[in-house]
Amino acid sequence: MPLSLHSAVPSGPIDQKWTRHKMDSRLINPVNKRKYSVIVVGSGLAGGAAAATLSELGYRVKCFCYQDSPRRAHSIAAQGGINAAKNYQNDGDSVSRLFYDTMKGGDFRSREANVHRLAEVSLNIIDQCVAQGVPFAREYGGLLDNRSFGGTQVKRTFYARGQTGQQLLLGSYQALSKEISRGGVEMFSRTEMLDLVVVDGHAKGIIVRDMVSGKISAHAADAVVLATGGYGNVFYLSTNAKGCNVMAAYRAHKRGAAFANPCYTQIHPTCIPVSGDYQSKLTLMSESLRNDGRIWVPGSISIAEKIRCGDLRPGDVQEEDRDYYLERKYPSFGNLSPRDIASRSAKEVCDEGRGVAPTGLGVFLDFRDAIQRDGHDSISARYGNLFEMYEKIKGEDPYLTPMQIFPAVHYTMGGLWVDYNLMSNLPGLHVAGEANFSDHGANRLGASALMQGLADGYFVLPSTIANYLADQQPGAVTESHPEFKHCLEEVTGRVDTLLEIRGKRSVDSFHRELGLLIWDKCGMARSRDGLENALERIPEIRDEFWSNVRIPGSGEQLNQELEKAGRVADFLEFAELLCHDALDREESCGGHFRVEHQFTEDDAEVRDRRTQPGEAKRNDQEFCHVSAWEFAGVGTRPKLTREPLEFENVELTIRSYK
Amino acid sequence: MNLTLKVWRQETRDSKGRIEVFPAKDIPSEASFLEMLDIVNERIIAEGGAPIHFDHDCREGICGMCSLTINGIPHGPESATTACQLHMRHFRDGDTIWIEPFRARAFPVLRDLVVDRTAFDRIIEAGGFISVRTGAAPDANTTPVPKEEADRAFDSATCIGCGACVAACKNSSAMLFVSAKVSHLNNLPQGRPEKNRRALRMVQAMDEEGFGNCSNLYECEAVCPKSIPADNIARLNRDYALAAARNALT
Repeated sequence: MPLSLHSAVPSGPIDQKWTRHKMDSRLINPVNKRKYSVIVVGSGLAGGAAAATLSELGYRVKCFCYQDSPRRAHSIAAQGGINAAKNYQNDGDSVSRLFYDTMKGGDFRSREANVHRLAEVSLNIIDQCVAQGVPFAREYGGLLDNRSFGGTQVKRTFYARGQTGQQLLLGSYQALSKEISRGGVEMFSRTEMLDLVVVDGHAKGIIVRDMVSGKISAHAADAVVLATGGYGNVFYLSTNAKGCNVMAAYRAHKRGAAFANPCYTQIHPTCIPVSGDYQSKLTLMSESLRNDGRIWVPGSISIAEKIRCGDLRPGDVQEEDRDYYLERKYPSFGNLSPRDIASRSAKEVCDEGRGVAPTGLGVFLDFRDAIQRDGHDSISARYGNLFEMYEKIKGEDPYLTPMQIFPAVHYTMGGLWVDYNLMSNLPGLHVAGEANFSDHGANRLGASALMQGLADGYFVLPSTIANYLADQQPGAVTESHPEFKHCLEEVTGRVDTLLEIRGKRSVDSFHRELGLLIWDKCGMARSRDGLENALERIPEIRDEFWSNVRIPGSGEQLNQELEKAGRVADFLEFAELLCHDALDREESCGGHFRVEHQFTEDDAEVRDRRTQPGEAKRNDQEFCHVSAWEFAGVGTRPKLTREPLEFENVELTIRSYK
Repeated sequence: MNLTLKVWRQETRDSKGRIEVFPAKDIPSEASFLEMLDIVNERIIAEGGAPIHFDHDCREGICGMCSLTINGIPHGPESATTACQLHMRHFRDGDTIWIEPFRARAFPVLRDLVVDRTAFDRIIEAGGFISVRTGAAPDANTTPVPKEEADRAFDSATCIGCGACVAACKNSSAMLFVSAKVSHLNNLPQGRPEKNRRALRMVQAMDEEGFGNCSNLYECEAVCPKSIPADNIARLNRDYALAAARNALT
């Protein structure tokens, strides 16, 4: 049966769709709501907000997270801020402008109606968070302060120093705690979802493992919400937390949910470089540093070599021997070129042998000129905490010697396919936050992840989920249904199989090997040859994993190696899906750059100076669509269905940064 | 660098624990403390042993999951630093390092260095929130909050809930944790309607979980990775006293 992808976008003018949809949505009366149960997996901004709000509405909610407390979900690590079209600055912002910026930032690969709704709802999010006690930055008059972020020309970003994600997450965690104490939410921490249970084509429950006792159990509900984050850790090294994984989303995919646009991955240009093969994760340095820092590498390979060996100090490199490559290539945007451009340029100079870290994979972010111009104190006031963080990790003082930075995987725009109601193609399965594909297209703008997570969790899902539930008989499916027993046996069997392999290699060694391969072949620049090569190598690594992984201990105890093994096993399948999508998308857009598809001197767009050689070249004729993939068996090419994207309110243009 | 680790091992919550000794050889000084443990664990696994279990997640000092007592100090020797942000260059070649879990009656050990801190969640559930339903909020700029007040609330709100304050306290008191949340919310106009109730209920929940009392030693402040000052405790005591007095009078 062919996959049916009905986006359920309401009719009417774009600025009235959400209002009309809410009016046309089904309602469940308060007395009946308490008869319905909803499972929410994940307790970050999207999951925590959804669980709290659904409980406030009267639904019975069970919420699950793998961390020891819902307050630790990785939303907590977001630094910069959250966008909202409040126009408190009177600088011409509006819902329409936020809508347009997000569409363009996403390189015209997202659904108009979803993005417009996001922009509308952004207003309510800030109100809600302030009422919860989120301590946003304020001006002396007591009103909220804003700053500006990449890809926009207005100041619409609300922030709480460099810890906006933490403060927003604590807001939703506290709302969740309020509902837990009221009895509306039953919380299961240190509990990991291992499978989705589908009964007669509907998502009706999950299988979980208690990570302390090892007990595997089933939970049934009338609907399931996945808010389980992105898949950046398929690259092993990323700015994600160590526990972030694709298991919940991928298990749902294997049970029939379509996975959309997995090749849209965001690589952030300013992270602290890898210093050795023991490295376990990468740390982001805020994009704001590029306002004053100048990015450079030596002009020649020989000087770069001397720096790498420690024979030459960066401060001793003469001005004429330095290549400020972003300023050279993009004179008008310079060091503030967009994330994808800055990242690719760093890779290019390092590929040429001009990288500076001991590994050769790093470039300088130099504050020497800014300190000379504005003084030490002024730079310290702007970036003091970031300089401290850098010094803590690298042990070098960035006031005296330039920072070393390199791009790193940061966010994934792709995710499970959802319709306008945030429901996947599997009825009953809803997906929120980074785990879905819906709002960012091929590239996410800064300060938009927090906005989307909270929009989905507080405002969208709580309205739309009734459209599904209203047709369901509450409690019709319970854990005694044979499908639950069957699924429980399958999951238990899989865990036992993993434990019985008793091979020689650690789980991490496989994860690192996979990550290096994916970073190399499906990272910042992708080619047909590279992707085909990766598609040959992944099954080999996977086969070795299933015959040679070593997991000490048993399943009936807290066993961190077993937890990691389950996640890596899924990354070893998911990586193929990622490469298939990257191979199929014969264009470059946003976070997906195919070396075969870039502008050259021969293109009219270059001749008339709308862009320049080497820039990403979209193919709107053939690829103006969402690629939704259906699982077809391990090691088998997944089945592709396209959802065409229609643009009625924006004009497709080239993103230019010259 | 080469080190000797003396590590607390305990199979389950109810089993008896002990210190085991592990060599940590050829550790790069650029590695973080947790990466050092990763390296040691890889070798333990290769030799057929059971790896050392420890909690960690973001590894950038914000999630609050890591919880190691290193040489007797929660989060180790560097001030204002979580264990995950501590790097090996702060140790010397040949050092012996003692690694234990965060110890407190209210934080039972689950395995090795992993402890159960759900008591903190239950304290927040008792009143560490503002009772506002989604959708019920007025426009965000309706109530101005003086910048100084907002900044003070923010300073208290930066608590990451790691529990180092409890582990450092000889009474295993959770006063710094509780007072940081009470100060954050009670300092803001949005949090004032529930001010008294919050102070009373959170302190009661803290007592019920088995945390001890404060005897003003400020070990908590010294180890807090977010440098949350102990004057939050004074604010909590004031709020609690006023709330208790009001309760007694009505």
